[in-house]
Amino acid sequence: MSSAVTTIAPATELDLRADMTIATRNRWAVADIAGGLKLWRLAWALGWLDIRLRYRGSMLGPFWLTISTGVMVAALGILYSTLFKISVRDYLPFLALSQVLWGFLAALVSEACTTFTDAEGVIRSVRMPFFVFSMRALIRNIVALGHNIVVIVVVFAVFSMWPTWEALLALPGLLIWIIDGLALTLLLGAFCARFRDIQPIVNSVMQIAFFMTPVIWKPDQLGAAGIAKLPLNPFFDLLEIVRGPILGSDVMLMTWVGALLYSAALWAISWAFFVRARGRVTFWI
Amino acid sequence: MAADAFIDVENLSVLFPLYHGSSRSLKKMVVAAASGRLGKDQQQRVVVRALSDINLHLESGVRLGLVGSNGAGKTTLLRVLAGVYEPVLGRLRVKGSLNALLDPNLGMNMELTGRENILLRGLYNGLPRSSLPRLEEDVADFAELADFIDLPVRIYSAGMVVRLGFALATAIKPQILLMDEWFLAGDAVFMDKARTRLEAMVRGADILVLSSHSTEIVRTWCSRVLWLDQGKIIADGPAEDVLDRYLGSVPQHPVAALA
Repeated sequence: MSSAVTTIAPATELDLRADMTIATRNRWAVADIAGGLKLWRLAWALGWLDIRLRYRGSMLGPFWLTISTGVMVAALGILYSTLFKISVRDYLPFLALSQVLWGFLAALVSEACTTFTDAEGVIRSVRMPFFVFSMRALIRNIVALGHNIVVIVVVFAVFSMWPTWEALLALPGLLIWIIDGLALTLLLGAFCARFRDIQPIVNSVMQIAFFMTPVIWKPDQLGAAGIAKLPLNPFFDLLEIVRGPILGSDVMLMTWVGALLYSAALWAISWAFFVRARGRVTFWI
Repeated sequence: MAADAFIDVENLSVLFPLYHGSSRSLKKMVVAAASGRLGKDQQQRVVVRALSDINLHLESGVRLGLVGSNGAGKTTLLRVLAGVYEPVLGRLRVKGSLNALLDPNLGMNMELTGRENILLRGLYNGLPRSSLPRLEEDVADFAELADFIDLPVRIYSAGMVVRLGFALATAIKPQILLMDEWFLAGDAVFMDKARTRLEAMVRGADILVLSSHSTEIVRTWCSRVLWLDQGKIIADGPAEDVLDRYLGSVPQHPVAALA
């Protein structure tokens, strides 16, 4: 009879109540993440779409990212190797890697703030796992990172610095980044929906962190006493667990301990907040 | 597919906090907390009671119309039934596949081609990959996109955009269909064509909830009517009875009523 309409909507079952216990709220939050993971194809498509639309109409497309990063690395590399009196050969590969990795972290943190507010239209018209938008923000930034990796490859090739097998030790670090990135989008996405002045605060924190963390300067410029204190800086720990293995330098045990502890704290805070905020985000955006 | 779709709403209220000015700012909240004003602030937070103490039970076969003036809570109730707004007080239970036609351009992107938009909608609905070609064919057919399917929606005529939005929204067959009034707006030629498709969809649905300003539309499509005013249920019953009472209470000629 209704031959025109054949595609069947997936079944849903909802039982929502205002006076939910913490256990029920936790179950809903888990269901949100599970539902989001099931829609990974949507998150993937939306993440790519964001990049495509950001660079629509430009001939080079997303490779503008690569070029601007490349120019910045080249300019900073020459300037700072002179200021710091380090040879370009020693400094530039370090800077290229640091700058690209830091660029990813900083953009992810900043964009985490608009994870949910950017999707306002969709969130207000269909029930959809919030985790989809978290995955979207993460995928978008990973795609951008993928384009910037070209800069690292070119710099490493110019100085014929090839990473050893040790570089594979960066993979567990990258996994931690992915997990932390998702936590951060849930936390900041919801928090920034409620308080609109968070994003500028976050951006200035990241600006300070950029100077306090060895991104453009090398850790050994601090001297032994300074290096020992670096693991206190969460940004250093997270950066170093990925950067260290690729550069072939040893990652301190304290750095790994710091990275894991800070990540655990981030997840605990994010989860506690998301569990409470999940049902309210729609009212905030 | 299980035939026992239902919606059950118990003592449900939805309150919208009105965030404006300082309550949007963390800095001001922190300053207020530091100076001991936060507790008072929370008590005095301005809220709008969009829905108040709603009780509703819909079984398979119900065709419910929502009537009421602007701001009566019709759209909010649809959003609550769709699970978008979670209850602030009370409880909501829904069983059955659900499609809410609330936003005509949901997830549509003007920069993408018609085909990409169709695929994206399929992803939004979590459809398996195998059903996507079928969806694409169905939507392209109805929207009469022909060669335009591989061009960006941005260059479509207004009529084509409306047809595409309508075709996308109605391509997915639910057990529970929630429909906002925008959906029945459109020019006469388009409506003739749309009506057949919509009728098929409504017939296929177990439960229909339709919100509309037009009592004519509600009379045609609905067997039961819920009359909302300022977020409260004024009446709930057979379409004819409630509509007669509703029409009796609303001035037929607002201009004359003012005079």
